[in-house]
Amino acid sequence: MDKLKFENHIASVFDEELEEIRNDLMAMGGQVEQQLTDAVQAICEADSQLAEQVIQRDHRVDEMELEIDEACVLVIARRQPAASDLRLVVAVTRAVADLERIGDEAKKIAKHALELTESGPSPMGYSEVRHLAQSVSQILRNALDSFARFDADTALATMQEDKKIDMEYKTALRELVTYMMEDPRSISRVINILWVVRSLERIGDHAKNLCEQVVFVVKGKDIRHRNGQ
Amino acid sequence: MANDNERPIPGASVGEQFQDNARMSMRNVNIFYGEKQAIFDVSLDIGQNQVMAMIGPSGCGKSTFLRSLNRMNDTIEGCRVEGQIAMDGQNLYDEKLDVVELRARVGMVFQKPNPFPKSIYDNVAYGPKIHGLAESRVDLDEMVESSLRKASLWNEVKDRLHQPGTGLSGGQQQRLCIARAIAVNPEVILMDEPCSALDPIATAKIEELIEELSENFTIAIVTHSMQQAARVSHRTAYFHLGRLIEVNPTEQVFTMPEHELTEGYITGRFG
Ligand SMILES: Nc1ncnc2c1ncn2[C@@H]1O[C@H](COP(=O)(O)OP(=O)(O)O)[C@@H](O)[C@H]1O
Ligand SMILES: [Mg+2]
Repeated sequence: MDKLKFENHIASVFDEELEEIRNDLMAMGGQVEQQLTDAVQAICEADSQLAEQVIQRDHRVDEMELEIDEACVLVIARRQPAASDLRLVVAVTRAVADLERIGDEAKKIAKHALELTESGPSPMGYSEVRHLAQSVSQILRNALDSFARFDADTALATMQEDKKIDMEYKTALRELVTYMMEDPRSISRVINILWVVRSLERIGDHAKNLCEQVVFVVKGKDIRHRNGQ
Repeated sequence: MANDNERPIPGASVGEQFQDNARMSMRNVNIFYGEKQAIFDVSLDIGQNQVMAMIGPSGCGKSTFLRSLNRMNDTIEGCRVEGQIAMDGQNLYDEKLDVVELRARVGMVFQKPNPFPKSIYDNVAYGPKIHGLAESRVDLDEMVESSLRKASLWNEVKDRLHQPGTGLSGGQQQRLCIARAIAVNPEVILMDEPCSALDPIATAKIEELIEELSENFTIAIVTHSMQQAARVSHRTAYFHLGRLIEVNPTEQVFTMPEHELTEGYITGRFG
């Protein structure tokens, strides 16, 4: 059974409920992606207004988590989903938790963006942030794509990409430490950047969790805590 | 799993049909009603102290198959059973086998509770009496009490043992029928939709009872409630148009069924 379809239930409302949950999850994914993009842009362009917007909009992500979670609980109560339906609902409740955490990290990045703009303009650390953010955004996009298409192969490949992020993260840390050693006056600034880089790395981990859920839905295998094989 | 050469034609059923601790072994079973074939080449083991659930759309042959396990089909005009059905290695369709004794070893509980129009006591005592299991009145009293206890009915009826069984509630009647079945000390209990006439609370009691009984008995249960199969059974067999499509551990069947027909049925989809 490689092809998953979530329609053709005898109770057609059930089809609609599952469809809606999937659509809402994708909408939430899109929202979270936007938050990440804007937070990174706020840093790299020292745009405090944009940073404020990201912070303001985080509650919307939280709301979406609650809404989708509730819809999943209702489906479980009403329909007692089984097999692939059950895996989908369980995977979605796990996925929204990860998306919400990604939203939180984006908000943290935006807060650091505010502190950085207050401490005056300086391009120090931007290239590290920009570089890592690019890889992380790509991973997040691939993870969401694989969810939308229930594509376990893409999900598994994307999980491997996360290793690359860990490498880039370590490289960025090393460079940032060098900045601090070279110029102690930059320490408070670089510490902000360090937190940003750490948030980005975390987002990569959450994206990886999303991929694990895709594999769970499609293959029925729980591959959490298994170091991606 | 049994050795491979015991397997029937490849592709017939998916999953784990065979068990190392098989209590009942069915091999290549075909069942006919006159010209019409109702069961096609079913091979399956039921393990010791297992609860085996049989599910599938109505008319797929669950009851027919279940009835063949204690030769209840013998009583149906024109019904013919082919293949092997064995308990602990003994062929149940052996001509020399005493069918009455077989039905004591493989007891049956039906969809509609069917207590005899006798007292609660006599309903349970009936089997031990005709099978000559009790040496004395005291013996019989003990058997009745222990059977009613095992059927979780004792506390509710101990003060009115001599009132008619038909005066009990539906759920109590069903537990009385279970007490009656276990009074003759069977090895296997067959249940054909035992809860379909009961309300949710009576159903929950029977389900709890099934779990307790599985410590001492091997149970095969036909149910149209998939949630019930998921709750009470260790293994689940899915039948479709007279064929055994899949049999697997219950948790697998309800989370990751192997066959798409099973998936379609348990998720409530069109074929
Ligand atoms: N006594 C009978 N005589 C003739 N056909 C029967 C009899 N009992 C059942 N059948 C047929 O055998 C098939 C399987 O029936 P049954 O075993 O009752 O299915 P299930 O229990 O899965 O609903 C059905 O097509 C049914 O019409
Ligand atoms: Mg039936």
